[in-house]
Amino acid sequence: MSVTTLEMRAGESANVVLREAAVLDPIAGIDAHHDVVVRDGRVAELADPGEADAAGLEEIDASRLHAFPAFFDPHVHLRTPGQEHKEDIETGARSAAAGGYCGVLAMANTEPPVSTPADVEALRADARAVAAVRVGFLATVTRAMEGEELTEMGSLREAGAAGFSDDGLPIRSARVLRRALQYQRLCGGTIALHEEDPELSGRGVMHEGPVSAVLGLDGIPSISESTMIARDAAIAGYEGGRIHVQHLSAAESVEAVRAAKAAGVRITCEASPHHLCLTDEAVRSLDPHRFKMNPPLRAEADRQALIEALRDGTIDCIATDHAPHAPEEKEVPFEQAAMGVTGLETAFAALHTHLVLTGALDLLPLIDRLSAGAEPFGVERPSLSPGSEANIALCDLSATWTVGEDGYESRSANSWCDGEELTGRVLMTLAGGQVAYRLRSFTLGVAA
Amino acid sequence: MRHLLSIEQLTRAEIEAILDRAESFAEVGRRDIKKVPTLRGRTVVSLFYESSTRTSSSFELAAKRLSADLVSVKAAGSSVEKGESLKDTVATLSAYDPAAIVLRHPYAGAAQLVAAWAEAAVVNAGDGKHEHPSQALLDVYTLRRRLGSLEGKRIWIVGDVLHSRVARSNLIAFRAMGAELTVCGPPALIPRGLDQLGCGVTHSLEGVGEADVIYALRLQHERMSESFVPSLREYAVHFQIDARRLGSRQLLMHPGPVNRGVELSGEVIDSPQSLIGEQVASGLVVRMAILYELLAARDTEPAPASGNGRATPIGQPA
Repeated sequence: MSVTTLEMRAGESANVVLREAAVLDPIAGIDAHHDVVVRDGRVAELADPGEADAAGLEEIDASRLHAFPAFFDPHVHLRTPGQEHKEDIETGARSAAAGGYCGVLAMANTEPPVSTPADVEALRADARAVAAVRVGFLATVTRAMEGEELTEMGSLREAGAAGFSDDGLPIRSARVLRRALQYQRLCGGTIALHEEDPELSGRGVMHEGPVSAVLGLDGIPSISESTMIARDAAIAGYEGGRIHVQHLSAAESVEAVRAAKAAGVRITCEASPHHLCLTDEAVRSLDPHRFKMNPPLRAEADRQALIEALRDGTIDCIATDHAPHAPEEKEVPFEQAAMGVTGLETAFAALHTHLVLTGALDLLPLIDRLSAGAEPFGVERPSLSPGSEANIALCDLSATWTVGEDGYESRSANSWCDGEELTGRVLMTLAGGQVAYRLRSFTLGVAA
Repeated sequence: MRHLLSIEQLTRAEIEAILDRAESFAEVGRRDIKKVPTLRGRTVVSLFYESSTRTSSSFELAAKRLSADLVSVKAAGSSVEKGESLKDTVATLSAYDPAAIVLRHPYAGAAQLVAAWAEAAVVNAGDGKHEHPSQALLDVYTLRRRLGSLEGKRIWIVGDVLHSRVARSNLIAFRAMGAELTVCGPPALIPRGLDQLGCGVTHSLEGVGEADVIYALRLQHERMSESFVPSLREYAVHFQIDARRLGSRQLLMHPGPVNRGVELSGEVIDSPQSLIGEQVASGLVVRMAILYELLAARDTEPAPASGNGRATPIGQPA
């Protein structure tokens, strides 16, 4: 069985010391102030504050800053090949680095979809040339995402596919999913599922409820998601398959996953920052740039259920579902606009602002869930324990900033928190042992 | 009032101001020369992305009665058919420096977008299944003339509420004027959560005898193919307003066009209780009043400090 491999560009190894940083690593169990010493791209030592030997190292005053294991996003859209006007591997990876991420997994619903070993190999070569963080590529479950015939999953794994997903579309046929899960025993590779019953979603463009009733927009009922999760969890349980449920949005879906986990199904799931921070009330503005995505923003009770599930671990990890779109695809009436929002550059700041500062979630589980997305796909989690490869997000928890005021690293500007003031900011990211990102004002020493 | 984008944006006082203005235009309509010079030298663009008889003809005649220059653009036969975006079309028409753009569009929020892009005052003449504010105003006007006041009156809205922008705007307008609302129709055609708008919801015409006004909605034939109702016949059995169901003291309204024999039987359309003809006549004077309030009243009255009626710029929660 092949191992999941991620790619990034070759570069100079980091040699830095983060002086007197507040180090927080939920997995290694570290919660103390240290000088974090990074030599030749690895965490060499967590020294007592002010005690590290800085010879040959760049010194960074981190005395009012936090050092976290860098984040990992198992669900982004890099739009390559075919839609490079929205994003490409270089801009997408740069956007990830700016958000404190050391790795991302790119979805396969490109134009054409990533369905052949040659597609995967070409993308990996691209990432080796340009990516500032580690990038893995999923391949589709079905040929051309048509939902009918399986891709050559074995050859795709050998070519380095990080897993399989028809994300953007559900796998309509229970038979096809069953066959994929049977084949998975041969080749491995977690199957990530966009759960939605197209019959129930119909022409829906937002959550079905009082807000859609007032706006006269077709609704997507919560059961469109939860019934498919229940179906697919049953199939995975029967076949002993490994599935990962993408972007949970509804309370009923949380219950379906909870029941599946209790029944011993090999299932993990993710939630996205916008579903954890916003509700369908935001759609009253009819602004598709920020508030149109699939699954849609749901009711406050759904949001609370997601937060509770994130707290108790039913939701394993946070995934941004970073979905860049060009302006002309969003400067149209809500119903006509493309689905999706960007999220890599704001995930930490938004969740810190909306969940941690409001008391809904502690900092420690937030940091855990932001990097836990590696595990479902067999990727090693980033860690700050000595000897680890340097994957570090250096953050200022008290810095306030306005999203988008200096533009975006992403090629697209459809951020769901565009124009919002957030508290907490990523100042520097180390990814794969290299310095992947520095906030310019921080580099210049003028950051607040 | 800078734009008319929705009924939701209007206060009761603003609704009444438009209706009072319409009363004064009703007098103009009784003169031999039915034209006033109010908007002379100003341009009104009528931009319709959907077919329409009543709304487009009454807005266009209203603009002419006010002496405005009228540019009428229909999607069919225009650059829209060549794939021009709404934004680009609006930019093109804005080059004529119109005072107002009257927009009918198949999608919700289109008028709000245009209001953010254009200098002109924007009138929403129907956006998707969202709102149709001028229809609601003419319906309130029609009822006010007949009943004096809507305060405490019981109004039943019957039929396909799910697909009806008229139902949404009228619900809000009738409630704002003090009426008590009940919505009635097959469950699949009543949007989930509508009761939270402050109206009763029922799936039977059994209690319709209590209504002072029955407002029937058009049932679109294509709804059957999507199984919203099993058949037109079955719909008519349960929800058609006919002579048996319409009481002699009840008033009947319909926004048109009517499917005779489906939501209304032929005899009630032409009955003395029917206000359908009056609704059309009211459309002209109310639309004159809307254009007047947006374009002429604005020149003489200071802008309201509250900013009421201003378009919410996209990007700001409304």
